[in-house]
Amino acid sequence: MAQAVAEAIQKNYLNEKQGLLSWLLTTDHKRIAILYTFSITGFFFLGGFFALMMRLELLSPTNWLVSSETYNKLFTMHGTIMVWFFLIPSIPNTLGNFLIPMMVGAKDLAFPKLNLASWYVFMLGGGVTVYALVRGGVDTGWTFYTPFSTSYSTTYVVAAAVGIFIAGFSTIMTSLNFIATIHRMRAPGLTWFRLPIFIWSMYANSVILVLNTPVLAITLVMVGVERIAKVGIFDPALGGDPVLFQHLFWFYSHPAVYTMVLPGMAVISEIVPAFSRKPMFGYKAVAFSSVAIAALSFLVWGHHMFVAGESVYVAMAFSFFSFCVAVPSAIKVFNWTATMYQGSVSWDTPMLYAIGFIGLFTIGGMTGLMLAVLGLDVHLHDTYFVIAHFHYIMVGGTVMAFLGGVHYWWPKISGKMYPEGLARISAAIVFIGFNLTFFPQYVLGYLGMPRRYAAYPEEFQMLHVLSTAGATILGVGYVLPLCYLIWAWYYGRGATPNPWRATGLEWKTPSPPPAHNFEVTPVVTAPRPYDYEAMKEELQLV
Amino acid sequence: MITNFRLWPVSASSVAGQFNLLFVVLLILCTLVSVAIAIFLIYSVIRYHRKSENELGSQKRYNIPIEVAWTVIPFILFMAFYVWGANLYFHIERPPDNAISMYVVGKQWMWKIQHPEGQREINELHIPVGRPVKLTMTSEDVIHSFFVPAFRTKQDVLPGRYTMTWFEATKPGKYHLFCAQYCGTKHSGMIGWIYAMNPVDYQNWLTQGAPEGSLASNGEKYFHQFGCANCHHFNNQGRCPDLRNLYMRPVLLTTGQTVTADDSYIRRKLHDPDAQVPWGFSAGVMPNFTGIVSEEQILALISYIKALGPQPGTQEPSSSGAAPTQYGTQKGIGGPGATSNAGSQVEKR
Repeated sequence: MAQAVAEAIQKNYLNEKQGLLSWLLTTDHKRIAILYTFSITGFFFLGGFFALMMRLELLSPTNWLVSSETYNKLFTMHGTIMVWFFLIPSIPNTLGNFLIPMMVGAKDLAFPKLNLASWYVFMLGGGVTVYALVRGGVDTGWTFYTPFSTSYSTTYVVAAAVGIFIAGFSTIMTSLNFIATIHRMRAPGLTWFRLPIFIWSMYANSVILVLNTPVLAITLVMVGVERIAKVGIFDPALGGDPVLFQHLFWFYSHPAVYTMVLPGMAVISEIVPAFSRKPMFGYKAVAFSSVAIAALSFLVWGHHMFVAGESVYVAMAFSFFSFCVAVPSAIKVFNWTATMYQGSVSWDTPMLYAIGFIGLFTIGGMTGLMLAVLGLDVHLHDTYFVIAHFHYIMVGGTVMAFLGGVHYWWPKISGKMYPEGLARISAAIVFIGFNLTFFPQYVLGYLGMPRRYAAYPEEFQMLHVLSTAGATILGVGYVLPLCYLIWAWYYGRGATPNPWRATGLEWKTPSPPPAHNFEVTPVVTAPRPYDYEAMKEELQLV
Repeated sequence: MITNFRLWPVSASSVAGQFNLLFVVLLILCTLVSVAIAIFLIYSVIRYHRKSENELGSQKRYNIPIEVAWTVIPFILFMAFYVWGANLYFHIERPPDNAISMYVVGKQWMWKIQHPEGQREINELHIPVGRPVKLTMTSEDVIHSFFVPAFRTKQDVLPGRYTMTWFEATKPGKYHLFCAQYCGTKHSGMIGWIYAMNPVDYQNWLTQGAPEGSLASNGEKYFHQFGCANCHHFNNQGRCPDLRNLYMRPVLLTTGQTVTADDSYIRRKLHDPDAQVPWGFSAGVMPNFTGIVSEEQILALISYIKALGPQPGTQEPSSSGAAPTQYGTQKGIGGPGATSNAGSQVEKR
């Protein structure tokens, strides 16, 4: 009898059903999150391999390792895979998928079958893109600028575009699911201002993705139509307008870069309060800053085109809005820092990643300001300065947040603790490797090294060598967590329901959680989120 | 093995100094703010490091005055740099009136440059120091970007239209020219050199490789070769507009709108002659020259039309009376009539 009870308690989403089919046909958001984790991890290391090949090629000013054709395909596939098959789905479809229902006290997402469908659609899109890759690759850059992509490139542009087009539907499905869940499935008493910041940010993120992904889809369709049917849309030789593509693409893609970093901000906004044991400082300002970023992100696309022949007055408007969108980002940085002040700050791995995130995001944000300054962008545009800037946001920001989040919720996801000492060391390796890789690129850009050059004048070599050295360290920093997390999955120490003594609803259920998350639907009575005061007894804090 | 290592770019144009100042001021400010944030962060992390497992820190949730301050103060600072940066941008985007005009055609994967004196260069550009140089640029295929780091200028070069950039070199020397917009396989090979020369050396350079004729005279040659002169000759036939005194003047269209007869307008007429027809003329008369006249030839034709007046900088009234005088200054034009006033129909009321 007692044994039966113990078994019943130990039933969780991982062991309730067994076998490959139980995974491939699951509608459990937690299992789908794991499926996504496998997929995006694969894409991350594939994209990372391309990056490593590029960095090796750039060790020398000449084409010593690969030809220009190959180099162009390497940076295109690196960008394409990383943007659409890692960064955009990374945090939302793994941590978001796993956590959103639990954070709002729901049994699952609003549309569990749609959630599974989105994974299959994502894999189909990824498959088509990988097909383009193995058939010979694409050489247009991930930005697909016309008329090069429509009339001049001889590579697999349409196949890659079809892959991205398909993956877009997966993004839309997931985002709709999140929006519906956050609106309709919150636990009794969980009002909007009692929600964790994670939910606010993921909500803003989902709204952006639902609005901008269709624009990308139709733009890619137009690229395909012009390329196949020679209908003049973008190519002036056919009567089109090449800059029109840039407007459409960046109308999608600038909000898209916010959809890469907003989920990162979501994760950091959970880690910082949890490891400072303090409520999120300026909660409402941080919540609304996510909404402000979502709104303003649609008004800044023209800052990619300051030297593309834009009118000076249009450029002024886009510059203005670009400064405006920096304000909510600055607010977040100040509030995270202020949350740590007078807290009880732990130095566990997730917090190390969060601290790294804040530092790197600040540098990335500051250099973003420099790029928003019209007169400076003329020189810095399309140089390594831009590359360094967005890698500080995307890699220094989002990837650090992703790793921080994976460590923070690892006990919940796997039911096991990861090895803390090793994890701290690899966090430090990632931080050092990252800065060594990308800081020299700021200098390269300021010196005038253009992007997407397979060969370059030899005066830039020293900085490229430094950057490549950093990339190898960074690579080690990424492989280590992969190894010890897999180890911990099998051999890690068992985790308690709330190892960090955090306040979120996801910690009020066993680790790993049962298939339906909560035995009893939670009722939220605490008037405010992150209410350590109210939960003092429960969390045994003094 | 590793040569010319440097951490600060060469500054060799009138804009570079202004750019450097703005960049350095902003860099210092950003660094100070970043360091302040870092110090506060590190202080908090160390000073408030958790001492015992059960410790709970302060539970302070907000401080409205501080939050307002760190929203408003950054915004005000941003606006200061916004205005400063926009000011510099206007300066970079607007060429001075006394600039020498040169013409650039980009193609996969080379830069073709034409001087008004007729010199042609590939992947090299010789310019005099101390004189503003204005480049009118177009592409034969994909988008390129004309980037001279030492001058802090960059401008995309688009197919199907003209873009413009300018610079004034301040130091003689040899400076990198890069294509900054990815343009295909040999993008990284679409590079060249700018040679900024003392005015005397530049004059020597111009005379040494003296070509057969100026760009405008080449244009005149094409004007006859492509049959432009058959209609646009300077009698009062009335089928086609007189091109004298046309350049940069307003043109009244059949639609009632007015356009300026700039480089782009002239180019457009060659590719799409039935669009933007001047008042008093009809569509369907002028043939389409797409695929017949190359971008470089169009630039020569524009240069010729420019030479037909009015002279740059002169703001004479757009009366038809000026036309015959301008015509008289041109040599070797095949049109019979010297008293045309057909242009009056083209010009603004």
